[in-house]
Amino acid sequence: MANSYYDPADLRKFGNITEWSEELGTKFFEYYGKVFEEGALTAREKSLIALAVSHVVKCPYCIDAYTKDGLQRGITKEEMMEAVHAGAAIEAGASLVHGVQMMNKYKKLSM
Amino acid sequence: MATKSLLAQKKELANTQRQLEILSNGIFQDGELPTFAQKIKEAGHFPLRPKKLEILQINVGYMCNQVCEHCHVDAGPDRKEIMTRDTMEQCLEVIRNTGAHTLDLTGGAPEMNPNFRWFVEEASKAGIKDFIVRSNLTIIRANKKYYDLPEFFKKHNVHVVSSMPHWTRGKTDKQRGDGVFDKSIKALQELNAVGYGMPDSELRLDLVYNPSGAFLPSDQAALERDFKKALMEDFGISFHNLFAITNLPISRFLDYLIASENYEDYMYALVDAFNPSAVANVMCTNTISVSWDGWLYDCDFNQMLGLKVASKAQHISQYNEAALNDRDIVISQHCYGCTAGAGSSCQGTVA
Repeated sequence: MANSYYDPADLRKFGNITEWSEELGTKFFEYYGKVFEEGALTAREKSLIALAVSHVVKCPYCIDAYTKDGLQRGITKEEMMEAVHAGAAIEAGASLVHGVQMMNKYKKLSM
Repeated sequence: MATKSLLAQKKELANTQRQLEILSNGIFQDGELPTFAQKIKEAGHFPLRPKKLEILQINVGYMCNQVCEHCHVDAGPDRKEIMTRDTMEQCLEVIRNTGAHTLDLTGGAPEMNPNFRWFVEEASKAGIKDFIVRSNLTIIRANKKYYDLPEFFKKHNVHVVSSMPHWTRGKTDKQRGDGVFDKSIKALQELNAVGYGMPDSELRLDLVYNPSGAFLPSDQAALERDFKKALMEDFGISFHNLFAITNLPISRFLDYLIASENYEDYMYALVDAFNPSAVANVMCTNTISVSWDGWLYDCDFNQMLGLKVASKAQHISQYNEAALNDRDIVISQHCYGCTAGAGSSCQGTVA
C-alpha cells in the first residue's frame, strides 16, 4: 500500500479496474474511447473540455493525462490556461449564483 | 538551450555504448517492461527482416548550424564529421545502380557539406524518382552563400522536407534555438515564392513535426490540419504534407528524458502505444542508411548508436543490395519509438 492517496504511477494502471468487473470496465472504456473520437466537436476541442473539467472535479490523474494529451495535439499553454479559467469561472459562478438564494432568504426573513 | 553537442560537452551520453546500456538496463532488465525483441516475437515479427529496398538515406555529415534539444544526431556547429568527395563518389556509384526509388539526403545540415551542391547535381542525373533533401530551413537564411538554395533545389527538382516543431514562435524556439521560428518562416515564404509547397505544384515541400518534450505526437492528419490553418492565416505559407515523427530515446533526447526524470514514463508510453501493425512497415524494412564515412546501417537511429548492419556488406565500398536484403535488422529498445501509435518514420506515420 502506498502512503499517499494519489500515486502518479497509478494512472497507467487505470485499465486494471476491468480485472474486478470485466463487463462494466470494458463498457466504460468503450464509451470513454467513443466520447473522445472526432464528432460534431473535434478531438482537440474535447481535449480542452476534458482539461477544464479535470480541474473542476480536481482529479490529478485527469490533469496529468489531459495536459499531456493537449501537448500531443499541439494545444498551446495559453489555450490550456484559458480552458482552466473557463472551468474555474463556472465553478465560481455556481457558488456565487447561490448568493441570490441568500439574498432572497435574507429579504424574506427581514422586516 | 544547449549551444554545444553532447560530444563537445564530453557528456556521458555522447558514448553510444552507454546509451545502449541504459536502453537495456533498468525497467527492461528487471522485466518491468518487455524488450523490443520480446514484444515483436509476440507479434510474430522476430527476427525483423527487410522487404524490398525503397529508400537510400545518406547522411552527409553531422555539422549543423543549429543545436536542437531533441537531436538524435547530436549535430551542431562543433561536429566535424563530414562526408568526403571520395565517399560521395562511392555513393553515386550505388545511386546509379540501386533499385531504390527514393534518395534521401540528411545531416546535420546537409547543405553545410562543402561538396553538397556537386553531389546533388550528380545524384539528380541518376534519375531517381523521389530525391529528398532534409533542410532545417534556417540554413537558407544563415549566410548569403545559402540564399539561393530554394532556386538550387528547384533546378534539380529536389523534394524539400523541413523541420517545424510548432506553428508558434515560443515552442519552436524552445526546441530549436532563439530566432529559429522567424528564420524558418522567412525560409518557407522564400520556398513558396519559387513554387515549393503550393497546392498544385510539383515542387514538393513537406514539414516534419517532432514533439517538443516528453510526449508522443497525436494524429498526423489533425496536426497537419492545424499547421496548415495557422501557417496560412498567420503567414500566408503553404506546404504539402506534415510528417509527425516520434522522438526516439537516444542521444540528446535520451539525455533530456533522464535529466527531466521523464525516461521511465516515456518508455512506458512507447511500450503502451506499441502497434503490431506498425512493425510490418517500419522504415528499416525498406531503407538503408549510409553514414558520413560510408558505413551502412538499418536506419539513421542505428547509425547514431553505432549499430552497423548485420551483413557481410557493411560499407558503401562493399555495397551489395542482394546481400543487404538478406539480413536481420538490428534492434534495441529505441525501436519502440517507430512502432508507437500510428508508427513513425522519416516519411511520417506507417500504420
